[in-house]
Amino acid sequence: MTRYILRRLALLPLLMVVYSFVIFVIIQAPPGDFLTAYVATLASSGSSMSAEQVQALRQQYGLDQPMIVQYVLWLQHLLHGDFGLSLEYQRPNADLIGEQLGLTLALALFSLVLTWVIAVPAGIYSATHPRSWGDHALTVINYVGVATPNFMLALILMWIAFAYFDISVTGLFSPEFADAPWSLARVLDLLGHIWLPALVLGIAGTARLSRIMRANLLDELNKPYVVTARAKGMKEWRLVLRYPVRLAFNPLVSTIGWYLPLLFSGSLIVATVMNLPNIGPLLLRALVNQDMYLAGGILLIYSFLTVLGTLLSDILLALIDPRIRVEG
Amino acid sequence: MTTLDAGTVAEDRVAVASNWRLVWWRFRRHHLAMLSAVLLIGLYVVVLMPDFFATQDPERTDARQAFIPVQMVHLFDDGKLAPWVPAIAGKRNPVTLRMEWTTDKQRKVPIRFFAPGHRWRVLGLFETNLHLIAPADPTQRIFLLGSDRLGRDQWSRIMHGTQTSMTVGLVAVALSVILGVVLGGISGYVGGKTDQVIQRVIELLQSVPTIPIWLALSAALPRDWTPTEIFFAITVILSLVGWTTLGREVRGRFLALREEDFVLAARLAGCSQMRIILRHMVPTFLSHIIATSSLAIPVMIINETSLSFLGLGIRPPAISWGVLLQEAQNIQTLALAPWLLIPGLVVIVAVLAFNLVGDGLRDAADPYSQ
Amino acid sequence: MTPLLSVRDLRVSFALDEGLVRAVDGTSFDVMPGQVLGVVGESGCGKSVTMRAILQLIERPGRITSGEIRFRRRDGDNAVDIARLPPRGPEMRDIRGGEIALIPQEPMAAFSPVHTVGDQVIEAILLHGHRWQEGGRRLRRAEARDITVGLFRDVGISMPEQRIDAFSWQLSGGLRQRAMIAMALSCKPRLLIADEPTTAIDVTTQAQVLALLRDLQARYNTAIIFITHDLGVIAQMASYVVVMYLGRVMEQGPVDDIFHNPRHPYTKALLRSIPSLHGATRVALPVISGALPHPFNRPPGCPFHPRCPDAMARCAAAIPSLQPVAAHQLASCFLHHDQAEPA
Repeated sequence: MTRYILRRLALLPLLMVVYSFVIFVIIQAPPGDFLTAYVATLASSGSSMSAEQVQALRQQYGLDQPMIVQYVLWLQHLLHGDFGLSLEYQRPNADLIGEQLGLTLALALFSLVLTWVIAVPAGIYSATHPRSWGDHALTVINYVGVATPNFMLALILMWIAFAYFDISVTGLFSPEFADAPWSLARVLDLLGHIWLPALVLGIAGTARLSRIMRANLLDELNKPYVVTARAKGMKEWRLVLRYPVRLAFNPLVSTIGWYLPLLFSGSLIVATVMNLPNIGPLLLRALVNQDMYLAGGILLIYSFLTVLGTLLSDILLALIDPRIRVEG
Repeated sequence: MTTLDAGTVAEDRVAVASNWRLVWWRFRRHHLAMLSAVLLIGLYVVVLMPDFFATQDPERTDARQAFIPVQMVHLFDDGKLAPWVPAIAGKRNPVTLRMEWTTDKQRKVPIRFFAPGHRWRVLGLFETNLHLIAPADPTQRIFLLGSDRLGRDQWSRIMHGTQTSMTVGLVAVALSVILGVVLGGISGYVGGKTDQVIQRVIELLQSVPTIPIWLALSAALPRDWTPTEIFFAITVILSLVGWTTLGREVRGRFLALREEDFVLAARLAGCSQMRIILRHMVPTFLSHIIATSSLAIPVMIINETSLSFLGLGIRPPAISWGVLLQEAQNIQTLALAPWLLIPGLVVIVAVLAFNLVGDGLRDAADPYSQ
Repeated sequence: MTPLLSVRDLRVSFALDEGLVRAVDGTSFDVMPGQVLGVVGESGCGKSVTMRAILQLIERPGRITSGEIRFRRRDGDNAVDIARLPPRGPEMRDIRGGEIALIPQEPMAAFSPVHTVGDQVIEAILLHGHRWQEGGRRLRRAEARDITVGLFRDVGISMPEQRIDAFSWQLSGGLRQRAMIAMALSCKPRLLIADEPTTAIDVTTQAQVLALLRDLQARYNTAIIFITHDLGVIAQMASYVVVMYLGRVMEQGPVDDIFHNPRHPYTKALLRSIPSLHGATRVALPVISGALPHPFNRPPGCPFHPRCPDAMARCAAAIPSLQPVAAHQLASCFLHHDQAEPA
């Protein structure tokens, strides 16, 4: 078990190097480099830069070097925690990302928890009451949930809240807490706001997860060990929770591997539509403005978070499933 | 005795039916899937000739006709078949200085089916002016699903958006299928180092959040590309990341089939590699691939819509469902003109239909997989 | 002697989309205290469904439609009718595991793979153990664990202290079935239902498990219903035999009478199909002609008549009832009596 975790941890840096290279190729792809974009931005705001200044900057950032050298330079800076400087904001990228990272993670994790809290009981209900009215109703909700794009759901909810209740559901804080320092009141205010975007973000995942839970549990309920447990004289609900649910739950843990990327993808869209503090909209702006090192930094953070999340879910799976723990 | 005979006749019929016929019989039993299939066929007819369904040129703007509400089609007038839509009456609000429109059911604008309107080319071949619905008076504009801030007709724009969005989904999935089957097939059939490399690439692609990568890739597209070039670039970008699921599945099937007796039998009979793959292996999971791809199309549609909605997918003047939904981004506008959300409902219905058909096909193709 | 369990005219049917399947169609038999009753029949003849019915473990869409399952409980003089008890009610749960225990067919699948075997046995003891404690005291987990170790030793599992923390997939097939037997015995049941307990394990282990069951039966005097399609196993284990076909009892009687003097054509056919060590080697083994009918197409009259070599016109018209045909033997066949089931 420990060896397994260590092996996976050792692989992590290698994986990140591969990701960083792919990401570098992508952010390099737009024509021109970020200085041409910068000069253009300056020109549009009326100021300008001399050719010598541009040349000096180009040398400073190593932009006159071949791509592979530039990549190595970028990687070196990254290893020292230096994400470069944002052109648009004229501030270190690390600060820009850092300010939003906490709330980005909070939204994703809150949504993950919400998804599980809803999907698992719904799946259990559906599987233990197959073909009942409740099961059919959940099936319909699931189909619609999967078919509705995140942003569409966000738009509809915002529109209903605005047009019929005259309230704004954007942002994660009430105005008075938006720039306030952290306090208990601010955390409570956050909890009062975060559930709606978390729900919007999690709806498709909830639908998919509860379908998976239902199918897994239906499978498990037909297994002989359930009959054995019944023949022992256990109470039905205790038996269902202790045996088949426990077994149906294990493959669900491995869904975190694909669900986390989905959550980060979705949070980008939901945060943009609902105007939330999040690195998603920051990435969108960076891409549109060719603020390449900011974009690269954010893409790298996304990859790191998903790789880390997948690793954690694999370890979790090994912890709860003896078949993997003992063999692995 | 007769029932027994009928039973054996039915059994005989099943015994000699081809696999495709069996799939079709099982699919037919899913009523919702059948209904959805009909709906999808309807949508693809729109894809073939959106102008026939449009009532006017989707690009025609008129700032004085902005935010006109939905004009509902009524089929009967005084108990006679005489289709009409209510007329629009506008009044400028003295405080906000906005035009405020109301529909006036007393004043009827007659419309006709299969009537002449603006000119268009059928599949780019010949010109016609025939439309499904047109106002009786060609100079009159009707807005079946309202108009946007530039006074463009949303109904006609949705018809054209359908063409783009449904095509993107189909082409992107077609590309993914080719990539998935070829790479997955190589991976599963050749095995060894090749398999290892392809598997690692798949894992890499599956473990990153797709939307940010898509956004980054499409942000890299040159600004001066034409809408058509952008369109194809977007489909390629979508399929570059989207083939992995299918690749995995095809590989799994190949791995399983490699060990099957009938493949060994074919090899012993002296069949060539190519013949074994194409004649013996692929047909056993072809129906499964079709089901999986029909479940991949809605994912592509949602992705395209999301990218375009964020401004980094299909770009105006091209029209897609996502482009149309950009008009609905502002909440104040939405409160004023909620019909701008209608393209989103079209997305939901289309995706729902694809999912139902896909599930129906999967159950029909692989009755034991549940 | 009054029977421990008495099944009368039991009927179980499954309402499937394709139609109603009558899996058990009027079965009657008795089990005496301490008796080993063998139930034989081809697969699909309703043996397992009957046993599930005794434990009220029939799952939807199946249900017990009529009949009685009278069981004499440990502390009662009057028998309860299990068929009338709510399947998930407290009394049924007391009986299950506590008084009637089950040894299932596949020990591998019958244990949960993510819980240790010991854990699953301890759970059974915790559920029922208090009823044979003085004053009904609930057992502590540590006590239940000690009992489990003792049980494992009793059923011949070596190193029970270690094996108790193993997962079922870490044990060999024989050990798994022994652990299963330990679990079934853990609450001192008065009736043990062994549902083909040796089919899934290899022949040598099979012999050991059978010896163990015989030994335990002699020691605790537990009544056993032993279900199998293997007549050889029946001859070793049972003192009384019930022969079933398509959900009905064809013949029943003491094991010697059934083997040496079978009355029903079905029993005769079954016995003829056993390979013999002493018989002529070059003779093709006789088979029962025809195939088991599809459950939706039950033949009218005696269920066996389409395959019966001695079938008469009447066999297709009426169902023969189970009647005494010799001193201790009962059969449902018009060759031996003319009592039909009431229509």
